[in-house]
Amino acid sequence: MSGNQREIQAVHGEPASFAFDAESEAAIAIILKKYPTGRQASAVLALLDLAQRQMKRATGSAWLPRLAMDTVAARLGMPPIRVYEVATFYFMFNTKPVGKWHLQVCTTTPCWLRGSDEVVATCKRATGIEHFGETSADGLFTMTEVECLGACVNAPILQVNDDFYEDMDVASTERLLAALRHDTPPPPGSMTGRQASAPEGGPTTLTTLAQPSAGE
Amino acid sequence: MLGDKDRIFTNLYGLQDWRLKGARARGDWDNTAAILARGRDAIVEEIKASGLRGRGGAGFPTGMKWSFMPKQPDVRPSYLVVNADESEPGTCKDRDIIRHDPHKLIEGCLVASFAMGAHACYIYIRGEFYNEARHLQAAIDEAYEAGLIGKKACGSDWDFDLYLHRGAGAYICGEETALLESLEGKKGMPRLKPPFPAAVGLYGCPTTVNNVESIAVTPTIMRRGAAWFSALGRPKNTGTKLFCISGHVNKPCNVEEELGIPLRELIDRYAGGVRGGWDNLLAVIPGGSSVPVLPKEICDTVLMDFDSLRDVKSGLGTAAVIVMDKSTDIIKAIARLSRFYKHESCGQCTPCREGTGWMMRVMDRLVEGRAESAEIDILEQVTRQVEGHTICALGDAAAWPIQGLIRHFRPEIEARIAAFQARGLKLAAE
Repeated sequence: MSGNQREIQAVHGEPASFAFDAESEAAIAIILKKYPTGRQASAVLALLDLAQRQMKRATGSAWLPRLAMDTVAARLGMPPIRVYEVATFYFMFNTKPVGKWHLQVCTTTPCWLRGSDEVVATCKRATGIEHFGETSADGLFTMTEVECLGACVNAPILQVNDDFYEDMDVASTERLLAALRHDTPPPPGSMTGRQASAPEGGPTTLTTLAQPSAGE
Repeated sequence: MLGDKDRIFTNLYGLQDWRLKGARARGDWDNTAAILARGRDAIVEEIKASGLRGRGGAGFPTGMKWSFMPKQPDVRPSYLVVNADESEPGTCKDRDIIRHDPHKLIEGCLVASFAMGAHACYIYIRGEFYNEARHLQAAIDEAYEAGLIGKKACGSDWDFDLYLHRGAGAYICGEETALLESLEGKKGMPRLKPPFPAAVGLYGCPTTVNNVESIAVTPTIMRRGAAWFSALGRPKNTGTKLFCISGHVNKPCNVEEELGIPLRELIDRYAGGVRGGWDNLLAVIPGGSSVPVLPKEICDTVLMDFDSLRDVKSGLGTAAVIVMDKSTDIIKAIARLSRFYKHESCGQCTPCREGTGWMMRVMDRLVEGRAESAEIDILEQVTRQVEGHTICALGDAAAWPIQGLIRHFRPEIEARIAAFQARGLKLAAE
């Protein structure tokens, strides 16, 4: 095992213990109030998500070690196997460590028609990742192929951690990855600067409505 | 052509303030108490009279669905669950409602819940919509603070709680009973019906599951009246609809138009036309990935509504229009959808679990042409063995795109196979 690999394992390996921190606990208190008495299992997706976010804060990698799943099971009074089932059924839970920037490239037909192959190729070239699911040697990037992200009129989409970057092409993908390397992610949304889902060049509908006056 | 005065989603593109102040300026939350004062039955009747059909894909009459809920409260509470698990490839309309007009949805949740006797409503939003969920949660918090929801909502005597619940990346949870399983903290595996959710739904209680757009239009229908809404569109296909136009058009976009608008007009007027002109059109998937593809000659004249598209053996689905020009490898485009359904099958029913993988592998070979011509018919037969033989509609959704491909593009598949075989003969001869 090389020194580099040992270091990554030390940072990203299964932790010796897992307990929710104060930030997570504050969120859990709010979440558990949403569901009727005895139905706290409804919170399992939310608690797994919180655990994954806490791992990100603590280790830099957003993933779910088994100890975290066990902690969620104990908190919700669920058999651990039920939590493992959920954690492996839903695609957003990472059961292995991921890089600091999780590149989630949509390649479903609407994105593919608009050039997602080029976005994938650019991500590979710029990060050195060869296949989906891999993490770059520097630990900065993991690239995952994802199914439709639900922003198809702004295709192709590259989701980085929680944010959607839209209307991507080779140049904007290169710029985005360079910015991520410098720890300066640009604001999410269209990389061509268009307004949300309006057509390029500006809306052609909703143009005759009175705009609410400034300061109102 | 629909005028701005008849558009419901007046902040579709997010040019205005999405918060409560902006929403009020657009007319939301304007004397909602008066709507509630009309009573449960009157609201259901108004929605029935409007002809509103569900905007999530199936097109079931919304008012009728509401009327299935118990009239008298029993020991079990009733629930409204809003399906915001928008994941059908091509579809991105609910996202705009949630991030730019969240108060239309929240007000709709109150009105619809009241009409169904539900004191609580859950909105199930797909996990990837993280930033959208933040907008929606902020709007819910504002609504509570302003007394619009919560105890004695809008000053009525109706207590109403609204909760946002985030999913975690599973297309199948857009199926209403899988969504309920997921909301209960389980894997998203669809339930056998009957019993239907209106009898046994969330936590075993009477539940109605509605799409975001269906719920968000109801306050406007209540204010402007069923007659206004039903005068738009075509008979039995009334009202306005959010269309998502993606793929090979010059200006992909979302737009609200009347149901029944010609497909060609929709693309030419709003999306800047097909790349390279209308004659460069190859095919359109008119209603999200699950509905069969249509070749250009049908696209020339077809109208965008439930019944017109059903008549040409496709469907309106979610009104997500995926446009493909003549540069498209149509076999590959559909094969990618087969991979999607393989990935998203929950694995519960054998025909779907095994069938989606089998169909994907054959489709991948057809992309190369590495197949025998007879396999086209075998593939078609297998789609028929999956379709209608599973608990939920995912099996159907996996079958239909392939059926559409074979129905309209069989010569392309045969040519691909012939070309592959010719290459093999040439190599053998060398």
